[in-house]
Amino acid sequence: MNSWKYPAFWIALLLVIIGGLLPVITGSNIMRENMFLILLSVALASSLNILLGYAGYVSFGHIVFFGVGGYIGFYLLAVQNTPLWLAIIAGGIASAVLAWLLGAAILRLRGAYFALATIGVNEAVRTFINNFGPLGGPIGMEVNFSIYRQYGGAATMQWTTYWIVLGLTIAAIVLSYAVKFSRFGLGLMAIREDEDAAMVMGVRTPSAKTMAYVLSAIIPGMMGVIFFFRNSSIEPHEAFRLTRSIEMIVMVMLGGQGTVQGPLVGAALYEAIRSFLLTSPLFKDLQLAFAGLLLLLIILFVPSGVVGWLRSRYRKLWRVLE
Amino acid sequence: MDHLVASLADGLLLGFVYGLAAMGLTLIFGVMDVINLAHGPLIALGMFGLLLFAGANGLGLHPYVALMLVAIVGLIFGVIIYYIAVRRVLDAPHLSSLLATFSINMMIIGVGTAVFTTSPQNVEFSLGSLQLGSVTLLGTRLVAALIALFVTAMLYLFLYRTPPGKAIRAVANNRAAAELMGIPSDQTLALSFGIGAMLAMLSGGLIATFFSFSILSGSVYELKSFVIVVLGGLGNPTGALLGGLILGALEGIVPTFMPVSWVPVIEFVLFVVILLVRPSGLLGER
Amino acid sequence: MMAQVENILQVKGVTKRFGGLTAVNNVTFDLPRGQILGLIGPNGAGKTTLFNVINGVYAPTEGHVIFKGTDISGWQPYDVVKLGLARTHQIVRPLNDLTVLENVMAGACYGHENRPLKEAQVIADEVMEFLGLAERRDMLAGSLNVAQKKRLEMARALASRPYMMLLDEVLAGLNPTEIAEMVEVVLKIREQGVTILIIEHVMHALMNVSDRVIVLDYGQLIAEGSPEEIANNPKVIEAYLGDPDLAKRLMENADGD
Repeated sequence: MNSWKYPAFWIALLLVIIGGLLPVITGSNIMRENMFLILLSVALASSLNILLGYAGYVSFGHIVFFGVGGYIGFYLLAVQNTPLWLAIIAGGIASAVLAWLLGAAILRLRGAYFALATIGVNEAVRTFINNFGPLGGPIGMEVNFSIYRQYGGAATMQWTTYWIVLGLTIAAIVLSYAVKFSRFGLGLMAIREDEDAAMVMGVRTPSAKTMAYVLSAIIPGMMGVIFFFRNSSIEPHEAFRLTRSIEMIVMVMLGGQGTVQGPLVGAALYEAIRSFLLTSPLFKDLQLAFAGLLLLLIILFVPSGVVGWLRSRYRKLWRVLE
Repeated sequence: MDHLVASLADGLLLGFVYGLAAMGLTLIFGVMDVINLAHGPLIALGMFGLLLFAGANGLGLHPYVALMLVAIVGLIFGVIIYYIAVRRVLDAPHLSSLLATFSINMMIIGVGTAVFTTSPQNVEFSLGSLQLGSVTLLGTRLVAALIALFVTAMLYLFLYRTPPGKAIRAVANNRAAAELMGIPSDQTLALSFGIGAMLAMLSGGLIATFFSFSILSGSVYELKSFVIVVLGGLGNPTGALLGGLILGALEGIVPTFMPVSWVPVIEFVLFVVILLVRPSGLLGER
Repeated sequence: MMAQVENILQVKGVTKRFGGLTAVNNVTFDLPRGQILGLIGPNGAGKTTLFNVINGVYAPTEGHVIFKGTDISGWQPYDVVKLGLARTHQIVRPLNDLTVLENVMAGACYGHENRPLKEAQVIADEVMEFLGLAERRDMLAGSLNVAQKKRLEMARALASRPYMMLLDEVLAGLNPTEIAEMVEVVLKIREQGVTILIIEHVMHALMNVSDRVIVLDYGQLIAEGSPEEIANNPKVIEAYLGDPDLAKRLMENADGD
């Protein structure tokens, strides 16, 4: 399978790059901030998709990696005065290590039990940090604005971090594609379809699942560092917000779980819908209710998501949609 | 020591109410293998139901009369949720039912926030207190515990002594076999979901008789219900009551020797550990 | 060491208990390389459980499973298959949302030879050709019919390039033409030097392909011998009396041959 020759991957990449460059073309800071959120969502959803879409394990508390990475990175930046790039890497490593340790334990659980355990883990970490003085407890931590001077002032910092986010989003797409069309990815999909059969076929399921978990945790961890650094503060409820975790799942479902472009399409659509609802006076208060209604409609009527639906309907598009 | 006993007694009384909430969650899981992520908002709706029926700005009914209305609304509401969101995803992968019920969660919270805002509310209600030696028990909590016990007993009578209750147990045991024996599984499942929602709203109503609340309060009790259900074994109503008492006791004891904010940490760590070590719960078979 | 080369599989005193239920009780037999060994028994006799113990789905409560001289008792299924022991399932387990090609490739990738993706595709194409699945290469496995799913199950196991295969009722649910075709396939696989242990209820077919037959009843091995010996063994006939239909088929077969 010479999968890199398929147009699907290049289309996905092109979409991200064009979207990512829009703020430069328009020179609009508002556009940049919107794009920042969209790219962040794309990267988070694509990462989650490795576990959820490929291996079929529903992580309801995936935001824990965003939060833990964010906290570790923020601590290094704010307290240890570590350079940003190092903090980002540290955030990624911290999340990966956490996923590896957790994975060995909770990936033994299947179906709803695993989903519940991930919620439990996220809540346990959140409530722990809430009580943990060195990381600021319930108040969290802040950076002094002067820290941005090291990065050429707040305005430059915002562009710098924007480029890093664009780079990480591209990395997430490349990773998602590389995994999907690898031997490893085939093993994950075998697990998704029938874990017991996969074991009998020779897939070393425990290590494959752990690997998928780790791969799905790294980029969210790194994104956490950038997000909270830009935000200039971090606190437990913001870092481990369960709703954000479920939004990630909704994005993956909306676009099409198990496809490479799905999380990209889903995240962009979700953010577009949300910003429309937030700015429309009629729906402003009912934003959440409408998002819920949308979610229900997808699950009931298009469970394979936009990309999945198009793929099953138009087989000729298989090379373009993936 | 007195302090410990008082705190423990208080915790245990609360535990009955927690257990009642968890019973709703575990019943639905046991019957149809669905984890109802709309559980928390249903609890919150129970609280607001009490406010509307018993509050000074509402109908002004006696709180315990209002509670009966809350139960009826809960039953109907649960049946409606079943037919709209749950029925079609029963045979789909787990993710579908998790997300379908979560979508209901979002809708309730969304509409609830728009209507009630997120500011705290409370129902003005007091039954005085009962003095037992050095222990003071709040009347409302004592009655809440008794009502929770009573509802549990009624639930068991219903499940073991009435035809629809037996149908629910049959469907929980083996849906395909129950269908072959002529049990209308669709209606039975709808009824189970209705009862699950009713228990959630009832517990919310009971909590509202002694705590203040907002539309977002449900999530706290939803997470507690998860912990309890895992303690008692998913799908096991007796386990839920026992799990509720364990959690209540824990909440009573822990604050006497460490800051109260550590309670949830212990709860969630316990939750994950039990899932890992004994996924069938403390009462379940290995 | 010679004995181990001779017998590719040795099952020694294997017992499997679930709580109070003894599903497999002290079963011992040897399987020489290159043979087809039939495994029969009434429903619930423990045949599939025995398969599950052999390929590592369950660890035996007592006893040992020795494959190619290695004690594999209690190994994980994925380690067993890497030694060259593949299996098919009684109830087919296609990976529904993957294509037929991907299903078979997964077998090749993760099987005995652990092939990289590209080589796996070559093997998969070969195996699909052999089993007559080549035309369905790009179809989703979930959309195949029962007979095709059975073939897919075989293809996946075969793509792992095993020394030995456990076949669990690969003929069940097939029509007479399909049965004849599948029997051909089984015989061809054996010609390639693959040893086969096969559970089957379609008696006449089993009696035709097997070199030897063993019989399980209530988890115990009650008879062992050539197909003719088994068909005339009073103990076996008695065991099947609980299942008149099977008994009749067994007798018919004895008369017919």
